[in-house]
Amino acid sequence: MKATWSSLLTGLLTSWARPREVFHSPESSLLLPSSANATPEFEGRGGDDLGTEIANTLYRIFNNKSSVDLKSLCISPREHCWILYVDVLLLECGGNLFDTICIAVKAALFNTRIPRVRVLEDEEGSKDIELSDDPYDCIRLSVENVPCIVTLCKIGYRHVVDATLQEEACSLASLLVSVTSKGVVTCMRKVGKGSLDPESIFEMMETGKRVGKVLHASLQSVLHKEESLGPKRQKVGFLG
Amino acid sequence: MAGLELLSDQGYRVDGRRSGELRKIQARMGVFAQADGSAYIEQGNTKALAVVYGPHEIRGSRARALPDRALVNCQYSSATFSTGERKRRPHGDRKSCEMGLHLRQTFEAAILTQLHPRSQIDIYVQVLQADGGTYAACVNAATLAVLDAGIPMRDFVCACSAGFVDNTALADLSHVEEAAGGPQLALALLPASGQIALLEMDARLHEDHLEQVLEAAARAARDVHTVLDRVVRQHVREASILLGD
Repeated sequence: MKATWSSLLTGLLTSWARPREVFHSPESSLLLPSSANATPEFEGRGGDDLGTEIANTLYRIFNNKSSVDLKSLCISPREHCWILYVDVLLLECGGNLFDTICIAVKAALFNTRIPRVRVLEDEEGSKDIELSDDPYDCIRLSVENVPCIVTLCKIGYRHVVDATLQEEACSLASLLVSVTSKGVVTCMRKVGKGSLDPESIFEMMETGKRVGKVLHASLQSVLHKEESLGPKRQKVGFLG
Repeated sequence: MAGLELLSDQGYRVDGRRSGELRKIQARMGVFAQADGSAYIEQGNTKALAVVYGPHEIRGSRARALPDRALVNCQYSSATFSTGERKRRPHGDRKSCEMGLHLRQTFEAAILTQLHPRSQIDIYVQVLQADGGTYAACVNAATLAVLDAGIPMRDFVCACSAGFVDNTALADLSHVEEAAGGPQLALALLPASGQIALLEMDARLHEDHLEQVLEAAARAARDVHTVLDRVVRQHVREASILLGD
């Protein structure tokens, strides 16, 4: 997705595997490589710090039961389940990374199609997994409860949303608020070198909730509009 | 029971192309505003993105600076979702390092490095989707990106891959044809002079057939040059319209 001056690509791969825990809880894993395209500082291992920070934040947001319906990813309890790998490729850095990445992940989850599988039992009791023959027979994930991050940067006495690189350079502290479509705050984090007043934190949270609801509504309408175009929709990519 | 037929009796390949036919190439220059030069290319299903920063001061140790020419630094990385199986390490593994060295060798032959002594030119290539011919797509994208950055070059660098099946040379291999295990040739050519910047071949090929395969690759590279030339001219035309003249 492109959000003027910030571009990134999200890929979602699913593979089935044994769950690591005892319960039949599937898991998802996030990887965030920063490509050197964004700035030359990301060459080699330079972008790893930023990548780890973003990956950990996103993991905390998506790891609870209410964000993504993890039970729907189960194939057979205690034995097989789907693992979701979410890879975000950061191509261009134009400020407001967290918000953009979260929107991209939500859109990618909305777009995911997981094929329907059947578990066949053999005579000896060994199980075999069979994919259904129809390539369009798949389950979709529900992304209604997936939250969106809103970053509020404190500049002087006011705060701004969706800051550009220049605005981020002027701000000493920012607040990351993760908001669901109903306006419920799921996660909050302060980043930056400066300090924040407790009152301004409450103010920023209120603004974050308000902006988050609007963001969710417009994102849903864009996703549904694209979905309704069906197979005729133009895959534009970078060429458009 | 029978394996996938790479070349049918009528002379059609798996995706319906003829033996010397290229896949559809679409490209765009100036994709990113922040970089000095950038380009995106799609060759069939293979998608590559190239970004160029430079010429700028040498980063890191000053000792690496060359007194009479510029240092060309290339990094190749392929996205974790670019192939069917998820790749764990996007860059830093052996194949990526080797590709980076190949790209560096290719572009040191083409860029007029004597014009920028003691400076560094960075070329970063990212493969977004790999369906065969990744080296060729990277070179073509990097050529467009270097041109977009305004760095002087001796000539375009056009690359193409070629293979050999059933006594016929195939141009522009797709992933299916590469995975079949036949001989593969990767060629980077400077079209105007016909000079070869990089030539690499895998697997066994009888030397009698080498000339045929080389000829097919060179012809395909020249066809790529026609497409890239058209893209560059289109880009310049659009830019001059925006400047309003």
